[in-house]
Amino acid sequence: MTWFRKEKQKLRAADRRDLPTDVFDKCPECGEILYRARLEQNVNVCPTCGHHRRIAADDYIRLLADEGSFEETEAELRSADPLGFVDLKPYTQRLEAAERATGRGDAVVTGLAELEGIPVALAVMDFEFIGGSMGSVVGEKIARVARRALDERRPLIIVSASGGARMMEGILSLMQMAKTSVALAELHEAGIPYISVLTNPTTGGVTASYGMLGDVNLAEPGALIGFAGPRVIEQTIKQELPSGFQRSEFLLEHGMVDHIVDRRMMKATLARLLRHMLGLPVPAAAAEGGAAEPAAAAAAAEPKPTTPRARRRRNGRPSREERSAD
Amino acid sequence: MSTPHLEFEKDIAELEAQIARLQAMARKQGLEAGRELRVLERRLEALRLEAYRNLTPVERVQLARHPKRPYALDYIEGAFTDFVELHGDRLFRDDEAVVGGWARLEGRTVMVIGHQKGRDMKQNLRRNFGMPHPEGYRKALRLMRLAEKFGHPIVTLIDTPGAYPGIGAEERGQGEAIAMNLREMARLRVPTVAVVIGEGGSGGALALGVADRVLMLENATYSVISPEGCAAILWKTNAAKDKAAEAMKITAADLAALGVIDEVVPEPLGGAHTDPAQAVANLRAAVARHVAELERLSPEERRRRRWEKYERMGVWREEPAAVAP
Ligand SMILES: [Zn+2]
Repeated sequence: MTWFRKEKQKLRAADRRDLPTDVFDKCPECGEILYRARLEQNVNVCPTCGHHRRIAADDYIRLLADEGSFEETEAELRSADPLGFVDLKPYTQRLEAAERATGRGDAVVTGLAELEGIPVALAVMDFEFIGGSMGSVVGEKIARVARRALDERRPLIIVSASGGARMMEGILSLMQMAKTSVALAELHEAGIPYISVLTNPTTGGVTASYGMLGDVNLAEPGALIGFAGPRVIEQTIKQELPSGFQRSEFLLEHGMVDHIVDRRMMKATLARLLRHMLGLPVPAAAAEGGAAEPAAAAAAAEPKPTTPRARRRRNGRPSREERSAD
Repeated sequence: MSTPHLEFEKDIAELEAQIARLQAMARKQGLEAGRELRVLERRLEALRLEAYRNLTPVERVQLARHPKRPYALDYIEGAFTDFVELHGDRLFRDDEAVVGGWARLEGRTVMVIGHQKGRDMKQNLRRNFGMPHPEGYRKALRLMRLAEKFGHPIVTLIDTPGAYPGIGAEERGQGEAIAMNLREMARLRVPTVAVVIGEGGSGGALALGVADRVLMLENATYSVISPEGCAAILWKTNAAKDKAAEAMKITAADLAALGVIDEVVPEPLGGAHTDPAQAVANLRAAVARHVAELERLSPEERRRRRWEKYERMGVWREEPAAVAP
């Protein structure tokens, strides 16, 4: 209800020039100038138009895991540059730069957590690390967390954000598609639920392996999801792509995802799905009328209280001091 | 003697022409050109050895894409007997970039499935240059499940620039189709042998390539992206395709060294297209040997080994707990 918006939240064009970017931010979708703190309270979903901005892996984990429940696994895995790959820059330099920028050893964070009290195995990709590309470390971490899921009979959730395979590891990066799919084959046979959450963007080798192999596939609104990148397709077919092509809504329409889920409702939706698949009852609090339909609830979603970690994740990168405090 | 298509084939073709001229002249004049001819023939042999034993990765790419190279149906017709092609994915249509059906390998029924390229423009319109849509992969999976049902081994022949990047392909779930093949090939209980016979183009190749044994013909290539594509993205220019081909390690020998494939199948000197019958015979012998080996294992043991093989794929290191810089 836009008429209800307080006048003081509106900013005149003349003021915009001097906006300090750590206080204000402009929505890339609707152009609304937003208080950064308010945006972050709203898990980086534009309160005006619902545009979902990419968030760091840490923030996604905080969104899904019950407070204090996340226990990271395999944080010490690093790429070994198996091919000694050098393009315009050595691969090792790209790795070092990515680690400095993200504070992460590679493009996925894995661990064990509880989600509304349900023990889960969780993997969240980080697009900021070399475009979320999948090399040996991503493949190994996904395979190991799937193994934990198998051994402990925990459902697996993977939140994807990736440009595809990591070319600098050559054929070994391609083989990670096979490796992760083999791990999921084992989970599948053991009857352990796997939910794939697709965020913007998920393309290439990740889409064509664990991205599309969920027992249930969920997508954030407006996310680019596909096998081939739109530019490659345009160059191949030499025509303009229809608007909305390869967006979440397109995938839903074509039967490739089960639901488009607002980030603010992702945890509740995952919990409901997992309880169904695991044969768990509706928790008492929800049964008393707390549980709303995801769609209705998403529309009415109130911003969650901000956390210190979320606040210092401005620009998606913590300062060195902040990182060493983790 | 065949017309040369590739740069490095030209010197050889020239020498071949010279020898032919000399032979013709000797015949006409009733002379013995023996000594000179023998010298030239030795030079030709040395030149061939030199050229083909030391091909650069990008030259192997050219051989792998050679327009006269035997394609899947050439191997199916040559190395197998009693082929009955099966069509369609039962969902959308028959994708002719993938062929498959029952065939016999040394008398034993197998399911053979491969990417199929076309030799001319008309054939390529039909075969889409060997680039499948999702329905091609779903047809392949349907045939694999059929093999599983009746307990017959599966042989796949990989030769594709990649899965087709187009609107319809995305609408019908190219990513899902490939992913499902990877997972379901992992689960098969029958013996599976994959052979990269030409171009192993990325996920579109791998979708037929999760197998107990993966073989590559000597001049085949297998890579995560084409050298041209890699060069354009990482070097920002297509001109760097030689460097990209070198850096990505895409030849059969490279992949064997990396432990990604199990065996390199030799090709006749000069490439499979110079002596297709020999190439077919080599492929048949290698595939039959692997199928026979695999059939001696129990289904459980085969699957356990297959899973373990893929679980080991990749190279990484484990850092001790990170120290602040
Ligand atoms: Zn907005």
